[in-house]
Order: sequence, then structure tokens, then C-alpha cells
Amino acid sequence: MPADVPLVRGPGGAGFWLSRIVRLSLVLVAIVLILAFPLAALAQGETISGTLVYRAEGERTPVEGVTISVFQDGTQIGTAVSDAEGRWEVPLPGPGTYQVTLDVTTLPEGVTLTDPTKVELPSVAVLGGQGRSVIFPLGEGRTEGVAVYARLGSLLIAGLKLGATISLAALGLSLIYAVTRLVNFAHAELVTLGAVLAYVFHATGGGPGWPLVLAAIPAVILVAGFGWLQGRYLWQPLRKRGTAALSLMVVSIGLSFALRSLIQLFFGGQPVAYPDYAGQPAIDVLGIPMVPKHLATIGVSVVVLFLVAQFLQRSRTGTAIRAVADDRDLAESSGINVDRVIQVTWILAALLAALGGVFYGLNESVSYDMGFTILLLLFAAVVLGGLGTAYGVMVGGFAVGIVVEMSTLWLPAELKVVAGLVILIAMLLVRPQGIFGTRERIG
Amino acid sequence: MDWLQILAAGVLATIGPITAGYALSAIGLNLQFGYAGLLNFGHVAFMLVGAYGTAMTVEFGGPLWLGLIVGIVSAVLLGLLLGIPTLRLRADYFAITSIAAAEVIRLVVRSSWAQPWTGGVFGIQGFADDFHQLNPFPTAELYGFGQFVVTGRSLWVMMVGWALVILATLFVARLIRSPWGRVLTAIREDEDATRSLGKNVFAYKLQALMIGGGIASLAGILFALDQQSIYPAGFEPRITFIVFVMVILGGAGSIWGALLGAAVFNFLFFATDSMMARLQANVDWIGAILSPAEAGLIKYVLVGIALMLLMVFRPQGLLRSRAEGRADAS
Repeated sequence: MPADVPLVRGPGGAGFWLSRIVRLSLVLVAIVLILAFPLAALAQGETISGTLVYRAEGERTPVEGVTISVFQDGTQIGTAVSDAEGRWEVPLPGPGTYQVTLDVTTLPEGVTLTDPTKVELPSVAVLGGQGRSVIFPLGEGRTEGVAVYARLGSLLIAGLKLGATISLAALGLSLIYAVTRLVNFAHAELVTLGAVLAYVFHATGGGPGWPLVLAAIPAVILVAGFGWLQGRYLWQPLRKRGTAALSLMVVSIGLSFALRSLIQLFFGGQPVAYPDYAGQPAIDVLGIPMVPKHLATIGVSVVVLFLVAQFLQRSRTGTAIRAVADDRDLAESSGINVDRVIQVTWILAALLAALGGVFYGLNESVSYDMGFTILLLLFAAVVLGGLGTAYGVMVGGFAVGIVVEMSTLWLPAELKVVAGLVILIAMLLVRPQGIFGTRERIG
Repeated sequence: MDWLQILAAGVLATIGPITAGYALSAIGLNLQFGYAGLLNFGHVAFMLVGAYGTAMTVEFGGPLWLGLIVGIVSAVLLGLLLGIPTLRLRADYFAITSIAAAEVIRLVVRSSWAQPWTGGVFGIQGFADDFHQLNPFPTAELYGFGQFVVTGRSLWVMMVGWALVILATLFVARLIRSPWGRVLTAIREDEDATRSLGKNVFAYKLQALMIGGGIASLAGILFALDQQSIYPAGFEPRITFIVFVMVILGGAGSIWGALLGAAVFNFLFFATDSMMARLQANVDWIGAILSPAEAGLIKYVLVGIALMLLMVFRPQGLLRSRAEGRADAS
């Protein structure tokens, strides 16, 4: 293979390019269409819906992000998550009597049911062709009874859980930057796509309906393939063309925007929850209430991160990735196939992002804009750990997760993301190279 | 298919207050991105601050003219606050920080904690009566011909909006032709060279960010006055990227480019919207696979693809030749 010096114009003119882009978009559209068919099978009909509002001092505040599940004779029919206006809706297979439960662990800090026994509505009758609305009265919760120790403990677990998710997703973002110098805003959509595809295989009417653990596997593989596809057919030609790094960043914004709208088009605007593990009760460990799925998230993530670290440190490909990250030209001249290494990095990055997405969907909810919501926290982790580092970003991810969850001790829960973004901004002011990054002269 | 109606939808949007507002925002971003080379991904924050500054002042009993001043001054101050710590950073770090700062502002404004001041998710309504009372045209009267009609109320907002657009364009043109503007363009072309000539690069970038922010605040204010109602949801990051498409479409770093970009973009955007709505309603197979809301999303998909294609094939905009000016500042 002839030495491909970066920034040398690649082959072809606009025609060659158009054919590539056309091909890429056709593949993209095909993937989305195949995946979207099961979604279209959701027919309009009977529903159970409601609006969650929390009343305090005469003010009505909508409650967002609460999971509601509907059962019939012990089988789960569907789940919904309340949106920014507090609305939720669960489509039903037909008329009948249903049980509706609210997952109290998803209620924001300081909000509880005014009547704790009303957590389940045992018989909600729905007539043919009708929507039925139900009410869960919410009020101010009392937290004085909870021991400070238990509260700190459960916030720490919540922080580790979020941190694990962020670390997984941010690692890919950082690796891609390390080998290609691309700040990829469309990384957010890899996260979303992972969660959404897992939902399609798991819970969509007309889909295969596999358990979540199984459904996650094809989802992650498909997203890894999609990562390779965009690395190979979008970013590699652009790189060869010599497009400037900042222009590439704007291109990634465009891609992010287009993909997010496409996902919304096929998946809908409403957030949903995975039926598996929804409303899982907390178990008591050393006096701290812990939700098993949170512990599983932390455990699996730590193992995966450890494996990735081993891969980067010990394997031949991992070493090559680090070499390309360190000095691309030097790596190339010592016989490393840089293009291949970058393709492997794309696959790895997309895989990690998709896995992070499944965990985020499991613990929060699945929606078309979930990736964008978490993207800025990913940037916070990357900047904290050092843009282009691998181990730094893992630490950065956990740190951001813990700060975000711990901030609810002082801040209202709806502002916890702000705490993460404030670290991002503060870190850039104090030490822009990150905790583990190397210093670089700027301006 | 009623092509005239589709055309009318596009044309009315292009001459309407929406385009005037976006053009103002694009003029501000063009100064920051096109001339100074700043990748300001938090541009929408300036519009938010302008709109909320105005609305909150009136809400707390101040007169509207004071609100306008508060809105503009707050946006300029935001530029100062955002710029001092971040403009010394590398361009990609500045981009990340600016979008994070914009999201912080939006999340705080929409939180129930800030609800007593900002109205939270419900926003603020009915603060611009004073502005509409100045309207010399009868509010309900229709002006125009055929499908191309606007109400007296819109006509008034349009006149004010377009007057602001012309003023802002002339102002930026004047700035750019001044020695100040030449230094700014030099920074975009080669920052280190400019610094070595003894210019305070940081100060020039900061001024560009502040002035651009001030102009963008007019966009937020115009939208607020037009609709008499503002919500945090109206200031999501997608607005920033739409304005980026407009600036690149018209040609980053060209005086009339921002205006041209906003007009062309809005014409295509609203004509596509109108066409998709009609296709959805009239063509059976499209109606079968897309709901009206889904048909409305197509235009956003196209915006994203347009941004990618423009950046790759015509980063210099629609009109100019490639050699004349490169949008990418690195």
C-alpha cells in the first residue's frame, strides 16, 4: 500500500463523493427501515394514560422521568415514562381490566405519593376503543426519617451507576479523538441507537421480544457495525480529502442532527422504559438500599472497562491504537496500517457507546434524544480525564457521575446535569489538559 | 398538489418575522464564526438571554423599552462572562464549553427552582402589549394579494424586524471595513501571525463574541415580541445548528451572506414542511407510513444532511468561489 500522507487530497471529485454519500445514506436508510417495521406495528387503540403533577404550596409542577407499568393478570403489558409535561401513556392490546403501578424509585428526590398505598391501582377497567386516564396523587416527601448514611450510600451507588455508563460511552469518544482528532458530536447517536435497538429487539410489539440481556447483544453488534460503516465510508474519505478538523466537527453536528431526527421519526418522541427490570425493588446491603440493576450496571461496566484496558495495553492491535494516538506519522512509517487501526477503533468506540446506551436506558429511560442529553456529560468526562486519553476518561466518567448524583444533596434533582456541566467548565478553566492529559501550549 | 400554496408557505416564511429573527441571529454568528473564526456552539443562549431579559423586566413591572435594554446588555455581558475564561482555550474546547454553558442556562431557566422568576417550563406570556400598541396598521386587516397575505399585526413585526436586519448588516459591514475588522479577519486566517504583530488576539475575539451576542439577542427579542410568549423549549441547541447552516449556506464571512442564508434556508425549510404536510395528507402511501408529526420531522433530517453536505462541498457558501474565503479557520 502506498504511504498515505494525511491531508493529501484523496481520489476522485464530486461525483465519486456523491456516489459514496448516496451509498452510505442508502445503507443507513435501509438499516433504519428494517428496524422500524416492528415499530409501525403498534396500532392505535385502547390506552391508559395520565399526567403526573406534584403539588406544593399551591404550585403545580410536572414530574418527568417516572416509570409506570401496566399489568394484566401478572403479565406485563407495557411501560411508559412521563415526559417533560408529566404526561405518560401506555397502549393496550384491547379492552379489559388492568393493574397500573408506579415505580417509586424513579420519582425525583423529595416527591412521594401522598397515599403510599396507592402505588398500585389493582383494577382499572378499560372499554373498547377508549382511553382511560388514571391519577397518582403526588406531594412533598419527607426525607428526615432516612439516615444520612443510607442517603449518602444510595447516592454514591447512583453516582457509580451513572459514572459507569458515562465511562463506557466517553471512552469511545476519547479514543476516536485520539486516533483521528475528530470531536464527534454524532457519538451521542451511537449511544441512543444502542438503547433504541435493544428496545426494538426487546419490547416492540411485532419484534422478537427477547429478554433485555439477549436483546442487547444484537443491538450492540449492529451499532458496532454502524460505527465501522461511518468510520470507513464517511470519516475516512473526509480525512483523505484533507477537510479541516473544525469543519469535521461541524459535519459531525450535521450527522448527529440528521440521525437524531431519523430516530425520532421511527421511534417516536415519547420516552419508554425496558419492561424487564422496571420497578425493581431495592435490596438492603449494609443498611443502604441498593437496586440490583444498578449494581449489575456497575459490575458489568467495570469488567468491560478492565478488558478494554487490557486490550489496549497488551494486544497487538491495542498497542497499535496507542501508537497511532501518540504519533500518527511515526506509527505509519513504522509499518502500522493506520486506516485499519482507525477502523478497529471505530468498532470499539461504537460498541462501548451502544453498551453505555443500553445501561442508560435500563436505569433512566429510552428516548430519541437520550444520547444528546448525556453527550455533554461525556464531554465533561473526556475533558476531566484529558481529551484523547483512555484511562483518564474512565476515571473522569466515574467522577462526573458521582458529582452529578451527589449534587442532589444541595441542588434540585432537575439541575443535577448542570452540576456536571459546571465541572466541565471549571475544569477547562483550571486545567484544560485534564487530570491525566499532557500540557499543551494554547494561545 | 397545490404548488402555489407550497410556494406561498415558503415565500411568506421568507419575508416574515421568523426569517428576520433568524437573519439577525445569523448576522451575530457570522461575526463570531465567519469573521473571528469562533466555533460558538452555544449561540442560542444569546437569543435566550435577550428574550428572557426583556420578558422578565416587563414581568417585574418595568417598561418595555427598559426590558429591551436589559435584554441586549445581558447578552453582551454573557459574551464577556463566557469569553473571558474560554477564549484562551483551543477552538474545540471553546466549542464544547459554549454549548455546555448554553445548556446550563437553559436548564436553570426551565427548572422549577427558577420558576418564580422565569416561569419554568411554562415560560412567560403577554409582555409585549406596549410594542403592539405602537402598530400603525389595523391588526386584523389583511395585506397582500391572492395566497400571499399577511395580517397587519405581522406586517408591523416584519417592518421592525427587517429594519433591524438592515441596520445590523450595515453595522457589521462598517465594523469589518474598519481597522478593527481587518485585524479580526487576520486572526481567523492566521492567529499566530497576528499575535506576532503585537495584536491582542484575545481582546479582539472577546469583542467579536460580545458584539455578535448583542446582535443575536435582538433575534431572541424579536421572536419574543412577535409571539408574546417565550418557553425554554424554544431555545434548544437545535436552533444554534440551524443558524450555523444559514451562515454557511450564505457564506461564512460575507456581509450579506447571513441574510441570504437565512432567507434561502427558511424558504426551503417551510416550503418542504408545507410540501410534506400536503404529501402526507394527499398521497395514500405516504399517509400510510407517516403521521403528520412524523412528516414534520423530515425537514430536520434534511437540515442535518444539508449541514454535512455544505461543510464538505461548499464550505464557502452558495455564491463565492472556493479560493476567496475559507470558512474553516484552522
